[in-house]
Amino acid sequence: MWGQLLAICAVIACGVGTFIMTQSALAGLSFTQQSYYEQSRFARVFSNVKRAPLSVGKYIAEIPGVSQMQLRVVRDVTLDVTGMTEPAVGRLISVPEHSAPALNALYLRSGRYIEPNSPDEALCSEGFAKMHGLKPGDKVTAIINGRRKELEIVGIALSPEYVYQIRAGQLVPDDTRFGIFWMGEVALSAAFDMQGAFNDICLDLTSDANEAEVLRSLDRITRPYGGMGARGRRDQISNKFISDEISNLKRMGLIVPGIFLLVAAFLLNVVLSRIIALQRDQIAALKAFGYSNLAIAWHYLKMVIVVVLCGELIGLGVGCMLGMQIMNLYTKFYRFPSLVFMLPMHVVLGSFTVSATSAILGTVGVIHKAVSLPPAEAMRPEPPASFRPTIFERLGLNSWLSQTSRIIVRNIERRPFKAMFSSLGIALSVSIIILGHFSTDSLNFLLELQFQVVQRQHVSVAFVEPYSLSALYELQHMPGVIRTEPGRMVGIKMRFGHHERRVAIAGLQMNPQLSHLVDAEELPIRLPEAGLVINTKLASLLGVKRGDIVTIEVLEGAQPTWQIPIAALVTEHFGLSAYMNLHALNRLMKDGDLVNTIQLLVDQKHRDELYKKLKETPKVASVTIKEASIRSFRETVMENMLQMQFFNLMFACVIAFGVVYNTARIALSERGRELASLRVLGLTRGEISFILLGELAVLTLFAIPLGILLGFGLGKIVTTFLDTELYRIPLVVSPKTLSMAVSVVAVAAVASGLVVRRKLDHLDLIAVLKTRE
Amino acid sequence: MVPSRVGAKSVYCARGITKIYRMGEVEVHALRGVDLDLFEGEFVVLLGPSGSGKSTLLNILGGLDVPTAGHVSYRGKDLTSNDDALLTGYRRRHVGFVFQFYNLIPSLTAKENVALVTEIAQNPMRPEEALEMVNLGHRLDHFPAQLSGGEQQRVAIARAIAKRPDVLLCDEPTGALDIETGIVVLEVIERVNRELGTTTAVITHNAAIAGMADRVISVASGRISHVKTNQHKQQPRELQW
Ligand SMILES: Nc1ncnc2c1ncn2[C@@H]1O[C@H](COP(=O)(O)OP(=O)(O)O)[C@@H](O)[C@H]1O
Ligand SMILES: [Mg+2]
Repeated sequence: MWGQLLAICAVIACGVGTFIMTQSALAGLSFTQQSYYEQSRFARVFSNVKRAPLSVGKYIAEIPGVSQMQLRVVRDVTLDVTGMTEPAVGRLISVPEHSAPALNALYLRSGRYIEPNSPDEALCSEGFAKMHGLKPGDKVTAIINGRRKELEIVGIALSPEYVYQIRAGQLVPDDTRFGIFWMGEVALSAAFDMQGAFNDICLDLTSDANEAEVLRSLDRITRPYGGMGARGRRDQISNKFISDEISNLKRMGLIVPGIFLLVAAFLLNVVLSRIIALQRDQIAALKAFGYSNLAIAWHYLKMVIVVVLCGELIGLGVGCMLGMQIMNLYTKFYRFPSLVFMLPMHVVLGSFTVSATSAILGTVGVIHKAVSLPPAEAMRPEPPASFRPTIFERLGLNSWLSQTSRIIVRNIERRPFKAMFSSLGIALSVSIIILGHFSTDSLNFLLELQFQVVQRQHVSVAFVEPYSLSALYELQHMPGVIRTEPGRMVGIKMRFGHHERRVAIAGLQMNPQLSHLVDAEELPIRLPEAGLVINTKLASLLGVKRGDIVTIEVLEGAQPTWQIPIAALVTEHFGLSAYMNLHALNRLMKDGDLVNTIQLLVDQKHRDELYKKLKETPKVASVTIKEASIRSFRETVMENMLQMQFFNLMFACVIAFGVVYNTARIALSERGRELASLRVLGLTRGEISFILLGELAVLTLFAIPLGILLGFGLGKIVTTFLDTELYRIPLVVSPKTLSMAVSVVAVAAVASGLVVRRKLDHLDLIAVLKTRE
Repeated sequence: MVPSRVGAKSVYCARGITKIYRMGEVEVHALRGVDLDLFEGEFVVLLGPSGSGKSTLLNILGGLDVPTAGHVSYRGKDLTSNDDALLTGYRRRHVGFVFQFYNLIPSLTAKENVALVTEIAQNPMRPEEALEMVNLGHRLDHFPAQLSGGEQQRVAIARAIAKRPDVLLCDEPTGALDIETGIVVLEVIERVNRELGTTTAVITHNAAIAGMADRVISVASGRISHVKTNQHKQQPRELQW
């Protein structure tokens, strides 16, 4: 039984390990997030305007509930970094020159804070600095209004606003091409002609403040200044990503450990039942000698406790190792001053509770049955098992079965629940593999869809403000440009009933070749002459369907309000978006034929030349190079996923092997006598192996489709967890994943089969003739 | 050893068989040099107290075990080589076994238990026919759990004879049965020996049963102590228990 107890121990260890892993990650991440937010006084309300005089601040500060206010100048510029041909996006944020900011305090990783009256000094965000090997003392060139300005990095800093450093509208974070720079407010205001003005607001609130009320008041005040609508911390993009991850951990942290502990409970049950059946006469003897039921129960419980405790301890170790691994992974994505692995007491206690629960679940019934057996009855051997012709045979398939196949079928049918659970156990290992691998498959699918089918441009350029197309003539004829598609992004609030979302309407030209809109079947959708096309996620959030009329509050320019029908829905996996015919949009905006984005298809031969030109073009606010972002995303994310998948695969192997091996060993123990009798009658080793291994094969074959089904089911549940405003992960399972899941189980089954087969070859034929069962 | 039936062909020929079981430090001498011949068609009873080595001897004859020393052959073929495939083939083709604890397959009906053997035999009876012979023609579709001990033993006998074996080896076939049932089982064995001419060896520690045999071979402490030829074979019903 040692091998079997060891296998159970391993399954429990996996369950406890995954539990500790997710719970410690959860604890570490949420603790770090909260304490960092507090220490750095992370703002609670954020808003931005086109330009407002500092005097407006007085009204903002007077909004009831506002305890702190920070007015800043924030602008995106093009960066020219030595060693990189393509332009990067730099976000310049003003900070007070004489004191550290009161809100969103910066954490200095190295170097020092900027000094007053040093207009070139800047603090650089850690991610960007790391990617480019920038240290205090290094210089970076920002192109501000067409003029090159050297920024001298004096310190490397972190901010609670950019823990997850992603630009709004970007799909993936890209530390190489997006950097944050904090500069003295005097210098920054001067560079952008913003003296005595601001365009960005951060507020902290008193503990009793009504956030929704504050947001409304703030919007009223900023509206005349091109206010883009205030949002709470909940909608702050970096915070949103982290909070999403935390809620994913919460939910995922229960599914996988749950599977393991269910399997462990089942295996404990099976093995203990068998041990007790074999020791029936000993139990009877002990009882006859006057041992109490409690003493006998304790005898078996001791064994269970040892197994579970061993599993628990190994699991704790494995879990801590994996937890650290996850923390390691997180430090690549989340920029906290420190992100340390932590194992709170309640997590450890929780893991004990969980493993103990599985032990109790698995053994209480068996032990109860064993001790409640009257001694006289226990002394007698168990009555012979009664069998019936199987359904199979009653259907008239009798002649089809050989006697040995009949033994297989009847054994399975006699204890259908046991067979079902064995199959289910094996199936769960199939589903665990699918669960662990489908995220890569889905991501590959998404990247493929998004970047090959939907977004076909090579480069997108955003401008500081809308221009007429003729003003962008120069850009359209830059070196290497094969095709250009102008567009216009307009910030709006979309309202339907009492639902409201802040999104941008993208005005696209009539037959866009570079930005395709596709429906759920990935078929292209024609942009209608008028009317809105929105993605299905936005539609469901607002509760609108095709033909409904939504209210659009434009947040720019003259800030008109429109009623527009929804003309079509598109399926998208990232963000919330709305599209419209560019001309229709411009007609509604009433400010001329303007565009503020251009998508470019580029001849890769002239790429570097183009990048150089783009860096020098004053109107350009940001340049996004598609290939580059995908590549860096793939590198970081995929690499980390592969690591986790390796562990996942190991876990699945433990379950598969644990279940198949245990099933095989129990079957051998239960039917060793029968098989030896058959050998006496002259059946060969091969023929009796067929009976035992055939049963395993049937259970495994049944388990594989069941496991695939379960895998898809669990995958579906996980994807609904991952269905957020930021992204939707479709359930995609590649043939590779499927075949891997099936092979792992097949290998585990064959390996267990071989172990058992070896035992079958050494059956003691004579011993079985001497004893009655 | 003197052949008792002049002219009859020898089926088994055993010379000097010794069997030593090693259990850790202790050596158990189960057989200490046994010479034995069994002849075609005869009914032999191996009689001896418990632990005298009867089962060990029978198992060696049946190809379930090999002696530590000595030589056994079946119709001239060596049974002492430790070749599993060879011994399996020998059991499969030539031997019918009946044991004290029946050793039926619980998941198969009476008929199927018999069919298990007829499926792999060369010239078998129909399972029904074999069960008729043991007077169980009416319980074909019963599972072992639904049969009494005597009935189970008769199924075991039907299973043993269904392939028309050359020898029928029975180890304490009545050991677990009451007298009345035991007699029924012995009648069946006697009938098989008489009607099919199967060479039959029955182990017992019950001296009363010896009366049915052509020859009674007494075993004591791993040796053959005495061989007696019955002039008049008794019917099982006539045995004095
Ligand atoms: N597998 C075994 N291992 C050890 N000793 C055995 C084994 N089988 C039989 N023996 C011993 O050999 C002797 C003869 O046993 P056996 O042939 O079963 O006697 P019988 O059938 O006459 O009762 C006994 O002392 C028994 O304990
Ligand atoms: Mg014996």
